[in-house]
Amino acid sequence: MHIYADYAATAPLRREALEAMTPWLTDGYGNASSIYRVAREAKRALEDARRSAAASLGVLPEEVYFTSGGTESDNWALKGALELGARQGDEPRERRRHLVTTAIEHPAILQTAQWLERQGMDLTILPVDEAGLVSPERAAAAVGGDTQLVSVMHANNEIGTIQPIEDIFRAVKAKNPQTLCHTDAVQSAGHIPVPWEGADLMSLSAHKMGGPKGIGALVVRRGVRLPAFMHGGGHERGRRSGTENVAGAAGFAAALATGAAEMEREAARLSALRDRLIAALLRIPYSRLTGHPVRRLPGSVSVVFECVEGESLVLGLDMNGVSASSGSACSSGSLDPSHVLLAIGLPHEIAHGSVRFTLGGDISETAVDRIADITARVVAERRAMSPVWDEKAQRPIPFGT
Amino acid sequence: MYTDKVMEHFSNPRNVGEIEDANGVGTVGNPKCGDIMKITLRIEDEIVKDVKFKTYGCGAAVATSSIATELIKGRTISEALNVTNKAVVEALEGLPPAKIHCSVLAEEAIKSAIADYYRRQGIDPLPIVGCDADCANCGQAAAGH
Repeated sequence: MHIYADYAATAPLRREALEAMTPWLTDGYGNASSIYRVAREAKRALEDARRSAAASLGVLPEEVYFTSGGTESDNWALKGALELGARQGDEPRERRRHLVTTAIEHPAILQTAQWLERQGMDLTILPVDEAGLVSPERAAAAVGGDTQLVSVMHANNEIGTIQPIEDIFRAVKAKNPQTLCHTDAVQSAGHIPVPWEGADLMSLSAHKMGGPKGIGALVVRRGVRLPAFMHGGGHERGRRSGTENVAGAAGFAAALATGAAEMEREAARLSALRDRLIAALLRIPYSRLTGHPVRRLPGSVSVVFECVEGESLVLGLDMNGVSASSGSACSSGSLDPSHVLLAIGLPHEIAHGSVRFTLGGDISETAVDRIADITARVVAERRAMSPVWDEKAQRPIPFGT
Repeated sequence: MYTDKVMEHFSNPRNVGEIEDANGVGTVGNPKCGDIMKITLRIEDEIVKDVKFKTYGCGAAVATSSIATELIKGRTISEALNVTNKAVVEALEGLPPAKIHCSVLAEEAIKSAIADYYRRQGIDPLPIVGCDADCANCGQAAAGH
């Protein structure tokens, strides 16, 4: 039996999404920007998808801009907002060239922020506490008259911590009402309500909620004059050119609608399974939970095991039919473990032993118990061959003794 | 990302454990980098009669340790000293670029254990092994260790 427990990486396509997409992958092939019948039908489907997505999210249809996914939306939000800020006003002193973000953002934000810094923008990266939370006071303290954008992710992909973005953005706006607020809601949208009220920009990705890969959206609050990102034929009201992905938009909207309809029930079911799995995994000696114990995504379980390296654990789980992931150095292709685990204060040697299970779909209690049993066995196997684990005493051997 | 050979050695590692009456022991790597290899040797008449390993590390670290023990078991000391990280990579039919340091670690573990063997015999390992194989404190350490 194969158990997929990596829903934060991607989710299988929902049946509702596939059904919504099929007509636009077959007979409805028209280019939505042409004028004849098959094109008009495609255009109608695109706008239906926009209205449906907006309704699921509680935003206006004209605030939804379809993109190729979360990474593009994050790039557009940051680069667009800073471009806007840098040409603000008539005087150089009126320009806003300062960007504030956090230490635990997705690389699509952090790498973009660092690129902007290399282009001459000012960058502040906020620290987080040991549960991964950003303090609203600290965020506000980082904001000055020249701060153009504050970007804080809603829920973290690795440790599942949910930020109090409504409090953070309220504090930011109190300090400087001109400052724009962006949230990367890729992990949370479709799973839990996103308190979008305080934000001006929001990134979304379809495939994290059972939609197709290759489509997402940037929600742009009405009145925010975000410059165009992709230049070309003037699609998406001149702001994001490129022939419209009609099937993708239809699938995305269907996944959002299904997610919204099932949200309350699914969040409760997955939270219970999550807590059951966390409790079982923490019975394994020398383990600990990473991220916030309560303010966390319904399906997100992230733990570290001492004296076990994360990638070998993930490979061992895979050999036993469980798909999971790790923030260890070896799974990232660098020598450093995940920036998120380091940002919450874990030492390198502990962070190397991380494993993340993200639950979703129709995963059952039986499957969750099986994950726990298999993990306990694989951890024991890895420890038995670890030179830093005392097999007789069943405890770590301090390195260098 | 891994070759079948790497996965095969990860799934069925050879020579796992510690030799009780080992006369050469080498431990290299550190927990901060996420990999530690310990090789124990039983050397008799200049021949590696037995070898075992214990490794804390990623899939490549386990596979390189496993194949390294196979490459030196039953060989003379000088043959074992000629096992380079390149030979380890070739025997595994390749490693991803980010994992080459694991093969360096395997080479270092062998040299470190042989150096320890010589020290126990009252022989200075430096002229034979080429370095003192105190890899944890080596300024020339490879691949960022």
